[in-house]
Amino acid sequence: METYSLLREFADSWMLLLLVLIFLGTVFWAWRPGSRKLHDEAAKSIFRNELKPAGGGAPAPARSEREA
Amino acid sequence: MWDYLKLIVLGSIAVLAAIASNYGHDLAYQVNAIVVMLAAGLTFIWTLRTMGEPKRINRNEYMDGVVRAGVIATTFWGVVGFLVGVVIAFQLAYPALNFEWSQGILNFGRLRPLHTSAVIFAFGGNALIMSSFYIVQRTSAARLWGGNLAWFVFWGWQLMIVLAATSYVLGGTSGKEYAETVWYIDLWITVVWLAFLAVFMGTLINRKEPHIYVANWFLLSMIVTIAMLHLGNNLAIPVSIFSSQAVQVTAGVQDAMIQWWYGHNAVGFFLTAGFLGMMYYFVPKQAERPVFSYKLSIIHFWALIFLYIWAGPHHLHYTALPDWASTLGMTFSVMLWMPSWGGMINGLMTLSGAWDKLRTDPIIRMMVVSVGFYGMSTFEGPMMSIKAVNSLSHYTDWTIGHVHSGALGWNGMITFGALYFLTPRLWNRDGLYSLKLVSWHFWLATIGIVLYASAMWVTGIMEGLMWREVDANGFLVNAFADTVSAKFPMYVVRGLGGVMFLTGAIIMAYNLYMTVRAQPAKAAANANNFVPAE
Repeated sequence: METYSLLREFADSWMLLLLVLIFLGTVFWAWRPGSRKLHDEAAKSIFRNELKPAGGGAPAPARSEREA
Repeated sequence: MWDYLKLIVLGSIAVLAAIASNYGHDLAYQVNAIVVMLAAGLTFIWTLRTMGEPKRINRNEYMDGVVRAGVIATTFWGVVGFLVGVVIAFQLAYPALNFEWSQGILNFGRLRPLHTSAVIFAFGGNALIMSSFYIVQRTSAARLWGGNLAWFVFWGWQLMIVLAATSYVLGGTSGKEYAETVWYIDLWITVVWLAFLAVFMGTLINRKEPHIYVANWFLLSMIVTIAMLHLGNNLAIPVSIFSSQAVQVTAGVQDAMIQWWYGHNAVGFFLTAGFLGMMYYFVPKQAERPVFSYKLSIIHFWALIFLYIWAGPHHLHYTALPDWASTLGMTFSVMLWMPSWGGMINGLMTLSGAWDKLRTDPIIRMMVVSVGFYGMSTFEGPMMSIKAVNSLSHYTDWTIGHVHSGALGWNGMITFGALYFLTPRLWNRDGLYSLKLVSWHFWLATIGIVLYASAMWVTGIMEGLMWREVDANGFLVNAFADTVSAKFPMYVVRGLGGVMFLTGAIIMAYNLYMTVRAQPAKAAANANNFVPAE
């Protein structure tokens, strides 16, 4: 079998299956139980550190000026 | 010491560019060499004059200078790109505007790549670089990595734009749509882009937040994928080191497939993933509420990544491309509809419980319309990729209308929103100069897009139907020139839509300028962590 047909056959069988499984894995990973707290926390992270980087010297205020 | 080395390198580049200009085989190459010489010379003088000055870097501050420069560049190139667009729209309506005295420089064929590259890579590219640098710092709580490397990225990108623009109007082109830049500009883009990747990755690695916020995922996927696409599509061997001509490594249908693998993913990753990164940061920030569903944003991301890369073949239906490849492209394009709408819903629903802001905040209105156009174009696109629909729409103005509802509506509006969001913050002003002018901009732009898109739907479908119309004996009814003359009124309406969009952008430029100029600065941010004595 020439290289093209071989690769073609591999691509539309095992590789396709693998990629679909990886994709489904990411979906299940996102919806896994117990991830809600982490995701809510991540979604709110954009409201911190608006004015300057965290760390260094005195503790940085955790919230932006707007909210304070 | 480092400065001396820089001077030697810059001086050598200037001299070599002068020599190259002298030996150049074609005008585009010669002029580009002069541009490089001037750029190297100016940088040389600047380095010389700032030598020995003590460099103070406050690690406790974000690096916002380069983002401010990005705001100015995005606004400037936006206006330039829209202006060229308006000019070529009227050149299509009134061919007499291809003046005899400017043939070979300012005719449609030369200006068209200038317009597309100016809006995609100059306006869109600067918007992406500016937003990436702003977002990655805030969400990582870390200063940009790499010191002045970010400035290299900014100025390197501007140099690329000037090189590409001067090259196009003088006839330099690689003949690849949305990748017309010739081989030496391609090399320069690679250098600048890898520096961009380094700054972005370096900042992410230095982050103080444990989680990498989803906007950064989209932005990083944009940077990585564009690097891969750019290298894959531009594999060419120069005819001579003193010529802008190069020979493509692949040929025929392989080359066409690589071109549209690039072309569609430039849309998918430059104009979609990158701008979605902007959406996932600026929309929640402006609405002052977290994104509707963080889980959905993760699924949106991975679904786009897994599907987009296969959609390219839908640009080559009914060509020499094998049928299976064309069907594959169509199938993946249709599947893409789902994650796209998932993302749109996520963006819109971020406003749930804050819909009243639509009435009071014209910036939110702009962002919402932008996400709405994202939804509309990502429905239209999959539909047009279906072979039966494509047999009517392909090669017609419908495609142009689709591209512009995405580019003006989605990319343009979200960028305007980002510019309005960023300017008061970056220049430390209390708010924008005038919200009323933002409303003017909003309505001019929206009505402009509607005029543009509807004119193109009408003319596209009309044209497609006229091309396929046959009489009882099976002869074609219309000559090509018949469709051209039938399209005239729609071309004028399209041009007027463009004028409105351009006017809106000029109003925005004035508003942003006055925000910085005429507004008092707020008290400086407390950069040194001084604690007020209470």
